[in-house]
Amino acid sequence: MAVGTELGSSLFLPKLAELLKVEPLSEKEKLFQLRLKDGSRLNHKPGQFVEVSVLGIGEAPISISSSPTRDDSFELVVRMVGNLTGALHRLQPGDTVGIRGPFGNGFPVSELLKRDLLFVAGGIGLCPLRSMIQHAIDKREQFGRIILLYGCRQPAEQLFRGELGEWRQRPDIEILESVDRCPVDVAWEGSVGVITTLFPQVSIDPGKTTALVVGPPVMYRFVVAECLKQGIAKERILLSLERRMKCGMGFCGHCQINNRYVCQDGPVFSYAELSRLGEAEL
Amino acid sequence: MDVFITSKADFDSSIQRMIQQNEIYGVKRKTPSFAFDRLVAAEELCLDYDITVLPPTKYLLPPTESLIKFKLAPEPSIRSSAEAQPCILIGIHPDDLHAIKLLDAVFTGSLTDVNYLARRRATTIVGVDCVNPWPYSFAASMGTAIPPRIFDLWLTDLGDEYLVEVGSARGEDLRKRYLKTRRAREVDLRQRNKVRQDWLKKYQLSLDMPPQEIPKVLDEAWHSPLWEELGQKCLACGSCTMVCPTCICFDVRDGIELNLKEGERYRRWDSCMFDGFAKVASGENFRPTGTARLRHRLYRKGKYMLERYGELGCVGCGRCVHACLVDIASPVAAYNRLAKEAR
Ligand code: SF4
Ligand code: SF4
Ligand code: FES
Repeated sequence: MAVGTELGSSLFLPKLAELLKVEPLSEKEKLFQLRLKDGSRLNHKPGQFVEVSVLGIGEAPISISSSPTRDDSFELVVRMVGNLTGALHRLQPGDTVGIRGPFGNGFPVSELLKRDLLFVAGGIGLCPLRSMIQHAIDKREQFGRIILLYGCRQPAEQLFRGELGEWRQRPDIEILESVDRCPVDVAWEGSVGVITTLFPQVSIDPGKTTALVVGPPVMYRFVVAECLKQGIAKERILLSLERRMKCGMGFCGHCQINNRYVCQDGPVFSYAELSRLGEAEL
Repeated sequence: MDVFITSKADFDSSIQRMIQQNEIYGVKRKTPSFAFDRLVAAEELCLDYDITVLPPTKYLLPPTESLIKFKLAPEPSIRSSAEAQPCILIGIHPDDLHAIKLLDAVFTGSLTDVNYLARRRATTIVGVDCVNPWPYSFAASMGTAIPPRIFDLWLTDLGDEYLVEVGSARGEDLRKRYLKTRRAREVDLRQRNKVRQDWLKKYQLSLDMPPQEIPKVLDEAWHSPLWEELGQKCLACGSCTMVCPTCICFDVRDGIELNLKEGERYRRWDSCMFDGFAKVASGENFRPTGTARLRHRLYRKGKYMLERYGELGCVGCGRCVHACLVDIASPVAAYNRLAKEAR
């Protein structure tokens, strides 16, 4: 053990960030726009996450839902599910939070160049995918087709409705939407049924397509089966996983799936890799 | 090799002087067992012990440890609380030192945990060969009964004397400052080898294969009925992990002062055997059964750690074998049984 050299700065030390904007997206979700107070950029890749602190309450891993191609701020969508996220929901613009990261591998952007991108988003899964969708839109000429299949339980749960509206206007993005059920008094032009009902409605070139899938765990098995049926290679089906996280650095053990640490080796894994991991149950 | 001899009488007075000038933790008798604790008098130190209840890794990764301190008002500010007082740890056994080697690989590898690093650097390690192996230990068959060379000083009990091996510049300083030694001769080294050979034979439990083969056995064992057989009895008490020198998983929490203006974030020991260990905020539990948790623990020890850090996650100390009330935690029993199933 080398003695005497500098210890270096602690990876547990958050940077302070200011909330620039807080906007409700649905009953349970809010969008937060933040900027680091020291003037530095977050320098994240699409698909990475940060650990967000409310000092005195705790910390939680939240995926970054904006693209680094935008500006020096970044956006997070927080669903209110517990103590920490409840505290986040009570904050106002101008308030301060702690940010550690970015953590994780993110989407393999260089491997996605020239490919057709098939985004499959279940519910809040749209948030991490949005960072990659925005990236692909901002560098539109670097990618092939952009197809988004977006499924929610009901129309009121759709997130980013304004932005979805803009995407629908664009001729270079194809969007298909579904809801599990639709109340009779609500206007809905998409499909009704689980997200896999959208697959027969698109025709893809399986050799050119990479699927990027994010949603609740129950969705993965069905969506993967559908992707395989379409002929997409196992290596080209990418899934982003959620696990319990306490450090983000491969130390605390909470996020492990077999010998992989979701915080470091993930959260994005190919189905080829996950199919070899017994604990992924895919 | 820098090897010396000191008489036991001289050694005792050296320890007394060390205690006066240093913070020193050593093995004490706590009837009916032994524990690492702060030494105040040389005669408290007991170097012919079999096992301590908790491993000495508790000084490198304490049960609770502050990570950051923060102020909320008037302006929010945060600072790291990584710091450590210099101390000497005396009486570490070879298997526990192998565990520290694994902790070094985890916490000072591609990413550095500065809290760990601060404590590790501040700690001088004086180890001792284990003359009386514990009946639950299987360290000899794990290859961990001989110390890795990451000690500062290493002692071997030769009867009336200790053989003292110097492992670092810091160890050499300590020897020069406190120990009354003469250079060891060829015959002393032969004596140490003999002592070591003798005690290696005294281990009662043993792994039926070379330890490097455990991952191969586990590769074929994911669907073994053993996991269910053992796992359904598990009480999820976490005892097997709390006593383990290689168990390092932790939870992170915030605490706040009554003035509501300042507080700290701290980590504390957690256990992958607790039922909520892999449960996310939205309620999904990714390892919901005793069977899944017990399997994970034994794969992590026998395979994952080795693949990632080059060291097995079990050093064969036997503490978990003894700690488990329902007798299902033993790595050696599980690996031997799986190897037999595979044949
Ligand atoms: S798993 Fe059991 S025998 Fe192995 S190092 Fe841990 S406590 Fe000791
Ligand atoms: S294996 Fe034994 S010691 Fe470990 S959690 Fe289960 S019952 Fe407790
Ligand atoms: S979050 Fe701690 S190891 Fe991954």
